[in-house]
Amino acid sequence: MGNTTLEGSRVSKRLGPGLYFLLGALAFFLLVQVLLMLGVINNFWRGIIFWGAAITIVALGLNLIYGFNGQFSLGQYGFYAIGAYASADITYRWTREDPSALVVVLLGVLLVLLFYIAVNALLRRFYGITVMTRFTAYLLATILAFFIAVRFLLPITGSLVWNMLNLLPKAISQQVVFFLALVGGAALAGIASFLFGIPVLELGSDYFGISTLGFTIIIKVLLDNTDTILPFAEMKGARGMVGIPRWTTWPWVFFSLVLVILIMRNLLHSSVGRSIVSVREDERAAQLVGIDVAYAKILAFVVGSVFAGLAGGIRAHDLAFLHPQSFNFIQSFNPLIIVIFGGLSSMTGTVVTGFLWIVLLEGALRLWLPQGFETWRFVVYPLILLLMMLLRPEGLFGKYEIGFLRQSLPAPWKKPEDTHEEASSVEPAKTRTSKEVAG
Amino acid sequence: MKGRPDSLSPEVEEHPVVLEVESVTHFFGNLRAVHNFDIVLRHGELVGLIGPNGAGKTTVFNLITGVYRASKGSIRFRGAELVGLPSHEIIQMGIARTFQNIRLFSDLSVLDNVRIAYHPHAGYNLLDSVLRTPRFYEKEAEMTRRAQEFLDIFGLVERQNDIAGSLPYGLQRRLEIARALAAQPRLLILDEPAAGMNPQEIDQLLDLINFIRDRFNLTILLVEHRMRLVMNVCEWITVMDFGEVIARGLPEEVRSNPGVVEAYLGRQAVVLR
Repeated sequence: MGNTTLEGSRVSKRLGPGLYFLLGALAFFLLVQVLLMLGVINNFWRGIIFWGAAITIVALGLNLIYGFNGQFSLGQYGFYAIGAYASADITYRWTREDPSALVVVLLGVLLVLLFYIAVNALLRRFYGITVMTRFTAYLLATILAFFIAVRFLLPITGSLVWNMLNLLPKAISQQVVFFLALVGGAALAGIASFLFGIPVLELGSDYFGISTLGFTIIIKVLLDNTDTILPFAEMKGARGMVGIPRWTTWPWVFFSLVLVILIMRNLLHSSVGRSIVSVREDERAAQLVGIDVAYAKILAFVVGSVFAGLAGGIRAHDLAFLHPQSFNFIQSFNPLIIVIFGGLSSMTGTVVTGFLWIVLLEGALRLWLPQGFETWRFVVYPLILLLMMLLRPEGLFGKYEIGFLRQSLPAPWKKPEDTHEEASSVEPAKTRTSKEVAG
Repeated sequence: MKGRPDSLSPEVEEHPVVLEVESVTHFFGNLRAVHNFDIVLRHGELVGLIGPNGAGKTTVFNLITGVYRASKGSIRFRGAELVGLPSHEIIQMGIARTFQNIRLFSDLSVLDNVRIAYHPHAGYNLLDSVLRTPRFYEKEAEMTRRAQEFLDIFGLVERQNDIAGSLPYGLQRRLEIARALAAQPRLLILDEPAAGMNPQEIDQLLDLINFIRDRFNLTILLVEHRMRLVMNVCEWITVMDFGEVIARGLPEEVRSNPGVVEAYLGRQAVVLR
């Protein structure tokens, strides 16, 4: 009899962190959902929460790139903007009975993936290919793919897709289109980051940072001129894009965030994740234990940027208005500050700080500070930042993670005897102390 | 044979060739760091590469492991050409190396340091890890078990959860060698493993080198300053100076070679003898 309780406790120990995470997340989801339905959370706070989630997703992506892979990126708002504008354009045109953006983005992305596989197989056959050749090959493949999508696939499939999706009831087809728009926006951000990353990730971290800053500026300038130098009249350039359907709901926001956290956690606590972290630790050493450093860097950068693109889509369909100014390069420091504030390479820290950042800066302080004093927010937070760097430079959470995000547990269906990996998980508290000893 | 001393026993000469470096030359700008360097290693040998500071020993290592691309010449590992391949592919073919100044992943645990070296043999892909398929759990557990077995061999298993950077120097060197061997290489290149060690640690290192050679059935190329270490463990030695081979032979031959003494101690020393 005693055996069963022992086994029971072992089971709870094994499933514990995952179970708590699941229950906690579910409770949070239901709480907000109920409060939203009861109207306790008004439109202002609803916007704040959604915004917080979007920023958190961007910051998580940056944490993957900077915190875990050691590449200092200031370009995340560029990818955020790509995701926002692309998905907004898809739904904007869809609601005006034009499926072209949807078809071009999705089929284009699929073609691009196919072409990339082909280019990769082709480049593999040659040794000593320079970075710029590689970049050019992929760039040409991308251009060709989208050219084919616009020129040949759109006329064939456009009306077909429109008719097929409209066979569904309107409420459902709308959700499907929104889903596809989010996927499309995120995928475009991923493609952009892949192309941009090939030549630039070869640079050291600081130089990479400057280049990504340049990328954000390019995107901002392009967005300012979408109706003049780019053929997107509906984006209305520097006047801002209006008329985006307001489709973002709490379930979309919440499940996107959870999905991002899950993907990132599963990725990091695997062999691939360890190879990503090893690049941060010592690039040369990683290379000489057989890690493909370029691949690890590109992977982290693309995944992080896909997250940013997804966040962009969510934000765009909540705000229903996009303006290039909100994707300014100054703004692109926000996720960086969040990541450092929360603790580099702490997902927990990023999530908490991401929400805190928006809730305090854009929510609470905006309401609490007397009229005309809102600007003081931007005196208060830099001061907090200064104090933080002086008193706790490792960030709010250091390297702390909640249990669920901490380790790769043994398979949930495994017998409790196999506790190899539980023993091998590194306790974060220990991590810090031994590091201090080493320092 | 080119790249080998003449005085080796014919029995040794029958072993298969593992590494064949043929007239490799490398320039840094206009500086010729390595000139017409040859060396041929046969299976199971332990060969020393010595020379005064700046002789080009580490450059040779970097050329073999693809950190630099040789300006001229050819490097073959078990028949396959290495020049032009990226480092990680060369390593995955079965060459491992350690560094002059220890380069561990110092913020990660001892276990993770070894598991990272297993990455090319992980046996599951990105999708498995994101979706947490049964294969992920199976291979991950296997990987951890193998890494722990490995740490056990090197007496590091009790410290598997320690942060690598917090280990004492001798253990860090040991861990670095363990990490290099984790991927089961055929050829191990040790770059000044005794740098910064006291005599007692050097003795332990000697034991360790002999041990891993027997245990893992390896070919070892050793760069070293410490004559004691080189003379004790190496079967034959190549001496470099100013990027060129100045002597090649058994330890006692090299020790009495006037050119080597000159390179190490200067012309005066030769006269004084």
